Amino acid sequence: MSTISITVNGKQKSGDAQGNTLLVDFLRSELKMTGTHVGCDTSQCGACVVHVNGESVKSCSVFASACDGATVTTIEGMANDDGSLGVIQAAFQEQHGLQCGFCTPGMVMSIAEMLKNNPQPTEAEIREGLKGNICRCTGYHNIVKAAQSAAAALAGAAQAAE
Amino acid sequence: MYSFDYTKPTDLSAAVDSLGTEGAQAMGGGQTLIPVLKQRLSQPSILVDLSGIESLKGIRRMGDMLVIGAGTTHGAVAGSSDVSGAIAGLTELAGKIGDPQVRNRGTIGGSLANNDPAACYPSAALALGATIETNKREIAADDFFQGLYATALEEGEVITAVKFPIPVASTYQKFEQPASRFSLTSVFLAKMADGSVRVGVTGAGADGVFRHAGLEQALSANFAASAVDGVEVSAEGMSNDLHATPEFRANLVKVMTKRAVEALS
Ligand SMILES: Cc1cc2nc3c(=O)[nH]c(=O)nc-3n(C[C@H](O)[C@H](O)[C@H](O)COP(=O)(O)OP(=O)(O)OC[C@H]3O[C@@H](n4cnc5c(N)ncnc54)[C@H](O)[C@@H]3O)c2cc1C
Ligand code: FES
Ligand code: FES
Repeated sequence: MSTISITVNGKQKSGDAQGNTLLVDFLRSELKMTGTHVGCDTSQCGACVVHVNGESVKSCSVFASACDGATVTTIEGMANDDGSLGVIQAAFQEQHGLQCGFCTPGMVMSIAEMLKNNPQPTEAEIREGLKGNICRCTGYHNIVKAAQSAAAALAGAAQAAE
Repeated sequence: MYSFDYTKPTDLSAAVDSLGTEGAQAMGGGQTLIPVLKQRLSQPSILVDLSGIESLKGIRRMGDMLVIGAGTTHGAVAGSSDVSGAIAGLTELAGKIGDPQVRNRGTIGGSLANNDPAACYPSAALALGATIETNKREIAADDFFQGLYATALEEGEVITAVKFPIPVASTYQKFEQPASRFSLTSVFLAKMADGSVRVGVTGAGADGVFRHAGLEQALSANFAASAVDGVEVSAEGMSNDLHATPEFRANLVKVMTKRAVEALS
């Protein structure tokens, strides 16, 4: 057992981890941040996606100890400072991009990385970028629409800022 | 998972020392190893995470060779202009591995060391005639892969880099198994500077990755999709599972090779 320290959504957090403690278990059980979900625990579904040092990873497939000193962003960090939904989250709500919502935290985190690297993705690029995220409810159509609408909203916001 | 100790050394010699401990195991990106550990199919005493060793990462061109550090992620390979400028087939291959999250963590060294019969990189290493560099020696790709999940690596030996000769042209044609995202049957085709054509096949062989001599001869003599028609690709030695029969895989070898030739024509 050792104590590790991670900057989660801008706040320094410390906790105990064994050699085999997964990042997702550290977030959920040690830090009590349960927004990140475990859908499969076999690296397949992407419900557990978070960002480590700016890159999306499946937090069920990364050890917590490997993230000692790292910067992690989870779904809890995607809302605006006043607690209202962030742009990608709001797009999911508007486009009916979720039904049960179990996959949504991972979807939002994957889309956030996708739009950072490619602000104007085509539909094919969105579907390709969401290959690691499985949804058993929606049939993906409205998730793609949410990603498109978030891309448009972010582009509009960027233009307005210029 | 069984319990184990975890260490993340920042230099190779410390990693090699730790790997000398009884029951120690190396970890690259963990994208294969962590699922294996969860299934309790492996019980290391100590896990030596190689991802903190900067000297194992990076891509550089050395004359007519492209050298990729063993700890370089699939995503870094897919996004590298040094790679796409030299070996376009590797860009295609790395960009089609799994999904973005797997590509952000998984490494070329881990993929080669694991030698999964459906993994992508082994076909490129064979087709390009790569050299696998370890902390002890250099191993030719033709000698490196030794059947399902088996390689020439010795206990505690660490892959440090992979040296790829730069071909005239190359492409990777992946026929994906959509549930696993691995290859059902895929072909890496390289046209080398000496005029030879080399064909690496993954996902198909019951003994893992292989080169196909018949296809290589036919295409070296006549680089045309029609040349593939005359080659017999036998179902014997092809793997058989719920996803595909040996006959289906044998047919796919020809189909994917033709697509590769067309992509380069
Ligand atoms: C959902 C999913 C989809 C995937 N799809 C594909 C795909 O389409 N194609 C594909 O090719 N792969 C695929 N993979 C596997 C992925 O590419 C892995 O990254 C790769 O097989 C292993 O690399 P790693 O760095 O994660 O190695 P690890 O999982 O860390 O290690 C694998 C093995 O290699 C050993 N090892 C690691 N690094 C070294 C080294 N430098 N020297 C010596 N031994 C070492 C370890 O001890 C272990 O035995 C997929 C994986 C997942 C989870
Ligand atoms: S819980 Fe991590 S990929 Fe499904
Ligand atoms: S909304 Fe239910 S799993 Fe995606």
